[in-house]
Amino acid sequence: MTETLTSAQVPPVAGSASAARTSLWRRLVKNPLGVASLAFLVLVALLAALAPVLAPTDPAVPSAVDVLAPPGGDYLLGADGSGRDILSRLLYASRLSLLGGLLALTVAAALGITSGLVAGYYSRWFETVSSWVAGLLQALPGIVVLLAARAVLGPSIWTSMVIFGILLSPAFYRVVSAAVSGVRHELYVDAARVSGLSDERIIARHVLTVVRAPAIILAAGIAAIVIAIQAGLDFLGLGDPTRPTWGGMLSDAFANIYRAPLMLLWPSLAIGLTCIALALLGNALRDVLERTSTPKKRRRGAAPATVEVRSEPVVVHDELPGTGSGEELLHVDGLSIGYDQPDGSLTTVVEDVDLTVRRGEVHGLVGESGSGKTQTAWSILRLLPPGGRMVSGAIEFEGEDLAKLSEKAMTRLRGRRIAYIPQEPMSNLDPAFSIGHQLTEPMRVALGISRAEAKGRALDLLARVGITDPQRTFAAYPHEISGGMAQRVLIAGAVSCNPDLLIADEPTTALDVTVQAEVLDLLRDLQSEFHMGVLLVTHNFGVVADLCDRVSVMRNGRIVETGPARSIFADPRHAYTRSLFAAVLEDAEPRGELTTVPVATREGAHS
Amino acid sequence: MSDRLLEVEDLVVEYPVKGRRAAPLRVLKDVSVDIRAGECVGLVGESGSGKTTLGRAVLGLAPVTGGSIRYGGRDISHLSRRERRALSADIQVVFQDPYTSLNPAMTIEQILAEPLTVRDVDRAEARRRVRDLLDQVQLPADAGNRLPREFSGGQRQRIAIARALALEPRLIVCDEPVSALDLSTQARVLELFKEIQERTGVAYLFVSHDLAVVRHLSHRVAVMYRGEIVEWGDGDQVTSRPQHPYTQKLLLAAPVPDPVKQQQRRAERRRLLTAQRQAGQPAGALS
Repeated sequence: MTETLTSAQVPPVAGSASAARTSLWRRLVKNPLGVASLAFLVLVALLAALAPVLAPTDPAVPSAVDVLAPPGGDYLLGADGSGRDILSRLLYASRLSLLGGLLALTVAAALGITSGLVAGYYSRWFETVSSWVAGLLQALPGIVVLLAARAVLGPSIWTSMVIFGILLSPAFYRVVSAAVSGVRHELYVDAARVSGLSDERIIARHVLTVVRAPAIILAAGIAAIVIAIQAGLDFLGLGDPTRPTWGGMLSDAFANIYRAPLMLLWPSLAIGLTCIALALLGNALRDVLERTSTPKKRRRGAAPATVEVRSEPVVVHDELPGTGSGEELLHVDGLSIGYDQPDGSLTTVVEDVDLTVRRGEVHGLVGESGSGKTQTAWSILRLLPPGGRMVSGAIEFEGEDLAKLSEKAMTRLRGRRIAYIPQEPMSNLDPAFSIGHQLTEPMRVALGISRAEAKGRALDLLARVGITDPQRTFAAYPHEISGGMAQRVLIAGAVSCNPDLLIADEPTTALDVTVQAEVLDLLRDLQSEFHMGVLLVTHNFGVVADLCDRVSVMRNGRIVETGPARSIFADPRHAYTRSLFAAVLEDAEPRGELTTVPVATREGAHS
Repeated sequence: MSDRLLEVEDLVVEYPVKGRRAAPLRVLKDVSVDIRAGECVGLVGESGSGKTTLGRAVLGLAPVTGGSIRYGGRDISHLSRRERRALSADIQVVFQDPYTSLNPAMTIEQILAEPLTVRDVDRAEARRRVRDLLDQVQLPADAGNRLPREFSGGQRQRIAIARALALEPRLIVCDEPVSALDLSTQARVLELFKEIQERTGVAYLFVSHDLAVVRHLSHRVAVMYRGEIVEWGDGDQVTSRPQHPYTQKLLLAAPVPDPVKQQQRRAERRRLLTAQRQAGQPAGALS
């Protein structure tokens, strides 16, 4: 397995320099912690490598006259209990300690990463067996095993480090197999299989890159542990007494702690600083690597990177008979929303938005992703993500400016007077609590009613939103119900406190069309029953046509066209609105039958 | 041999269920469908209907329990990995999610060159082909040096299409390729699919939940419901004048972007549901 892996690691397109890797190095160099720790480790490694050149004397030659000589003179750091030069011993000891650590780390990484890759990628029986073995190894008391090994195999730092490496390999195994089984179901791995890549190639190209970051971070941490444990073993006198190690020097110094306390300092510094440097390097690597390895997903409604804001007049349609009258429930005036950037500037995502929702009216806010429609909805609820804030404008709800309300007053308003239906029903239900609990809790807090009363109300509501067995759904947990059902539950929760204004953010986008139709019916019925004002955020013109009395079309953070739904659908005037209507496929011609069997039958060209 | 490029006959796909005595989960039940060279066959259904599984079975990514999938007359339902790899030049894929279908750590050029270099196309030739592919999907030539995260959803989907085209396949399985895209982007990507098909004669198995999208692109349409094909035939007829009660329900459930027409459609849908209920058919039942 290892052999096939290494031969496959040679990238097929050697010339294309891995942009990710070079920039990774550059970023690490920019990280002060990373540079400092890396520089220290390189220095230690260099000192160790050059020990034969640098060491003033032979570290093993004792001198009876110089026992415990103080620092200075011939011995820069003094001499130890046998009259050997401490500086020379320290230099030589770092060779052994570092090499020993490296050996244990290599064994652990080689075993753990290889088995983790195989287990994560193929799973089946290998995964079962290997996780048993890993569990067994982790259950073994490491020090005891090392003691036993020393008793049987003799005091060799190399054997004990190999054994220690094996004992540590489960750490790599677990991290790697988890990362691999995560990536195995990624679509790009499927795409690579369909492209005709062999398993070895897929692992080398697509899987190893994912494993790289966690494995490197783990390695830094493990290295620190290995150095510390190894020093501990030597300190206890379980290493090879004939060769200098940091732990062994510590042990010697400890024996002379009353006569020459300073001696304890040098090996302690070496061990301590190396471990700290490794731990800090691990931290720096994590900061650098994990920022690169996460693909940036831009979800619908997330703040767009840049928005070009151009001032142009909003196309306003005249009111039709029967529209534009009635009590104004919500009036948004000149709303602008910005996000503070790390460099101190402000990215504006919504600019100068005016919006009115009347009682008993459904106002649709339509636009494509990044148009700012969800940001507008969130700002009305005062629930903008961290970093986002209202830059200017007013949000008046029944004459009261929401932007000026205290957080406490706003909390009293949310849920009671202004309710919210989110886009993804499942992620808005807490999997740890039953549906009933999640429905009754807000009612008891908001309306101050008893548990029994809240339950009765919740059951009524569940029946009202078309759930056939309210009792069962009430007792169920979110994972036991379907997406459509979850959205009904959330709608029931939203109307449970008789709100005046309902803000629905893409309430049917995650649902199947047949379920969507039912939920739209439900929303329409509830809206007229409770005589609510509704702000409906959507990208679907069908949903708008079905439900909305009034439409505002948003683009790049601005409203470009607004008016009664019927007149906008009949006569879209803004070029952008027209282009959106043109993209609608509903009235498009069907493709028709396949008439000509076209060109190119490249039979056998690729077999 | 007929002019059928792909023939799926009585296909059964089952997934094992945890627990020793549990019956396996039957995701596809005796599904039969066929695709001619240069044809686009639309596959419509709701989530869990098995439409994606059918696409994955054709790609060799789902276990075939029964029935057969024949490509060019040859049964490909139980190929070894090696044989499958040889076939990959002929059958390609475009997945739904443009965010997870491209490896975030690879440049566009590496992504597009990958299927070529495994077939020992030399580097200069591969680079030339990559430029050509980017041009075919209307992306700038310098896109090759950039990473997927620098592109929008629509552009990423173009990259995925370019990757599928790299080996000049004869069939592309398109698994909801436009459902993650904005309306206007969706229209442009669909035009690209159409243009490529007319130019190269590649066949599509086009999986989607959106009847309007499928109507726009498909010569013939199959409607799936709970692992079975309930209606199958001419695209115009199936998507405009469906016979099966489930397809009728599906068609009327999609809201029309016109308040007046939508009001009519809503009324029609209510009538249909009432009629179906009176006829004793459970929602979306099979005739």
